[in-house]
Amino acid sequence: MIPELGHFALIIGLAFALCLSIVPLIGVAQNNQQLINSAKPLSFGLFLFVAISIFLLGYSFTIDDFSVKYIAGHSNSLLPYYYKISAVWGGHEGSMLLWVFALTCWTFAVSVFSKQLEKEFVARVLAIMGMIAVGFILFTVLTSNPFERLLPNFPLEGRDLNPLLQDFGLIIHPPMLYMGYVGFSVAFAFAIAALMAGKMDAAWARWSRPWTVAAWSFLSVGIALGSWWAYYELGWGGWWFWDPVENASFLPWLAGTALIHALAVTEQRNTFKHWTLLLAIFTFSLVLLGAFLVRSGVITSVHSFAVDPERGIYLLVFLAIAVGGALTLYALRATNVSSPSRFTLYSRESAILVAMSILVTATVTILLGTLYPLIIDAMGMGKISVGAPYFNAVFVPMMIALFLFMGVGPLTRWKKARKGELSKHLNGTSIFSVLFGAAWPFIFAGEFSLSAFIGMTLGCWIVLAVLKDVFNNAKQADGSLKFSAVPLNHIGMAVAHAGIAITVIGVTMVSTYENEINVKMAPGESVNLSGYTIEFDGTKNILGPNYSAIQGQLKVSIDGEFVTLLKPELRTYKVQRMGMTEAAIHTNVWRDIYVALGDPLETNSWSMRLYYKPFIVWIWSGGFFMALGGFLAILSKRYRKRVLVTEQKLKQSTSAVLKEA
Amino acid sequence: MKSIIRFIPLILFILLGVLLYRGLFLNPQAMPSAMIGKPLPNFQLPTLKATDQLFGRDDLKGNIVLLNVWATWCIQCKYEHPYLLEIALDPRIKLYGLNFTDDLNAALSWLKQYKDPYVFSLFDEQGALGLDIGVFGAPETFVIDHTGIIRKRFAGPINNVVWKEEFLPLIKTLEIEMANGAS
Repeated sequence: MIPELGHFALIIGLAFALCLSIVPLIGVAQNNQQLINSAKPLSFGLFLFVAISIFLLGYSFTIDDFSVKYIAGHSNSLLPYYYKISAVWGGHEGSMLLWVFALTCWTFAVSVFSKQLEKEFVARVLAIMGMIAVGFILFTVLTSNPFERLLPNFPLEGRDLNPLLQDFGLIIHPPMLYMGYVGFSVAFAFAIAALMAGKMDAAWARWSRPWTVAAWSFLSVGIALGSWWAYYELGWGGWWFWDPVENASFLPWLAGTALIHALAVTEQRNTFKHWTLLLAIFTFSLVLLGAFLVRSGVITSVHSFAVDPERGIYLLVFLAIAVGGALTLYALRATNVSSPSRFTLYSRESAILVAMSILVTATVTILLGTLYPLIIDAMGMGKISVGAPYFNAVFVPMMIALFLFMGVGPLTRWKKARKGELSKHLNGTSIFSVLFGAAWPFIFAGEFSLSAFIGMTLGCWIVLAVLKDVFNNAKQADGSLKFSAVPLNHIGMAVAHAGIAITVIGVTMVSTYENEINVKMAPGESVNLSGYTIEFDGTKNILGPNYSAIQGQLKVSIDGEFVTLLKPELRTYKVQRMGMTEAAIHTNVWRDIYVALGDPLETNSWSMRLYYKPFIVWIWSGGFFMALGGFLAILSKRYRKRVLVTEQKLKQSTSAVLKEA
Repeated sequence: MKSIIRFIPLILFILLGVLLYRGLFLNPQAMPSAMIGKPLPNFQLPTLKATDQLFGRDDLKGNIVLLNVWATWCIQCKYEHPYLLEIALDPRIKLYGLNFTDDLNAALSWLKQYKDPYVFSLFDEQGALGLDIGVFGAPETFVIDHTGIIRKRFAGPINNVVWKEEFLPLIKTLEIEMANGAS
């Protein structure tokens, strides 16, 4: 009964979404306040019923209702309760429900936190979000119903959650990632609403800015968690594989990064409007495209979902309606957008323009690499796969150029830099960065390394630029420093940029100085790994809640001093009978020691993979700093204050327009 | 002029849409294998039901042999199982199983529970034969012709559509080849 209630709640949610996508728009067209005001309660209804639906699915998981097909396929009575709950999004159907739920959360949040905005505008935004919700709920109900029953012969025990997904990182990674993906629908809805209204002034950019930054922050955390999970769970020590599914999350992030910069310029300088509109559409299109690629089976990947052409066709039609509709609207309505403000070559606008161009180029390049196997196959030219070498070869040089501009942008004035001002700001930081970058390889490894030099110089350059910027902003007229005077959104920018620098440093150090050895070890033997002595003490058999495992015992020491005992495992999960390598990692700020058991060899000896990964934790820490920066920027008072001011301005301008009419 | 420029994103998107639509009807799982056109390597393996005997290449009797790689840990194998039961009735082919890195008792109870479509099922506990012929995962199905040459490899579950489109044409070709060879 409970799964049917969940299914029913989802269908009621669909009804709310349908009303939400139609009624407020009729209200706007007929100028009927009552219908316009209905957007808010309808959003709440949508949110409420989808929440009930996902809650009931989670509840059915916890009580082991294996008569539900999805639960029988993704859970087991032996599974610990927290994995039972995370198993809700452990497969295609449930993760669609999570996706829909994230969408309704955003819709509801927009309806609650937009009191200051013009009612007609909010009604339009919510209606667009309602349409997107209709598309996804319909998809879930028609092709991917997680509440489908296995009756009358249901299994007494479930097939268990894939052991790879039985992990802490996978409990929070999908919700973060989906909050990020779906969050870009808000920017999309704002852009479409602005196009519909034909009013593309700075105001809509200001309104959609905090939402976009929030979505971007969630996505940053989601991607960082995913990369971290791949690192410790897959047992290969890699942290990014350029897999199509990873690319599907990275593409909207890159486009979204360009979008938040475009929004900043549009809001503050009232220019770059075409960029902003197109990027808002582009970013959300990439989210939809990613969903299509991952869930339709057009591309093979290690973690794509169950393949079903019917789902692919549905998603493609949805993609065509949403993106095709948006771009048609853009082509027809964007005519009256003019960018009045002028700026010179040496200005922050120029720096951001260059940065956005690089980001968009990078996005398109990765998109092409991801789709290339499909293009070749579609033209009947055989099957190929595009691997990491292509992506690294094209992506790294573009990022180097981007990071160079990241050190210039924050220190440049809007519109026009004063004569000599730029060189005054940049001379010191650039010289120091180059010296630091050149000295670093010698200090760390005793010899020069080009990649370490470039990476460390850029990392230092980005950090110095934002530090200097914060100091400049804190400087009072009397020469004293007052950090509380620096606006929060400015600090947010600085923190996010510093996050990029942290990631850059991590990536540089890992790729330059990592060390990997594959050895055969018998009990009592020891090996040397980048200065650490690792001694194998044999194995133990252990028993987990739903698996049994062989656990290696490895003593790590440096200069005779004990560091840690590492216990990598080779697990066999009882239900899926799948062997799983569980790596053991010792992390500190400066390095990871990573040990994974390979295969058992004769007489108690084992093949083993040992890795030394300097600074690797910086890669993901950078992601969290980016998100932190984003959230700080959202908390900035200026959004709340200025929005009120704009509203008054808007009222004046609309009344002026009305008078003219 | 400027308004035409604004249609460029839409046009690009339409092109992409056409590409994606075509992509839907391609099968990324139809992976050509390096083994196609080569003879099936010999092996020494027990079967699930006769673990004390060893079987080799020559025991896979039949003019057109289908070797289906399966395991009880593979969910998609469960999905294709009813189709295998149907296919096994086709007199033109002989269907053999290759139970891949699996547990003996689990595999036997699977066959008991869902019925056994195979002439017999090799028990490849270590995945040795699977490694030789380049098995990627389960389910996979290999087609071996009357001269012992691997002619096709299909990765993924078989269903009615796959059977009609991927396997039947090849079986017809093989029948013609055999007729020509005999005459």
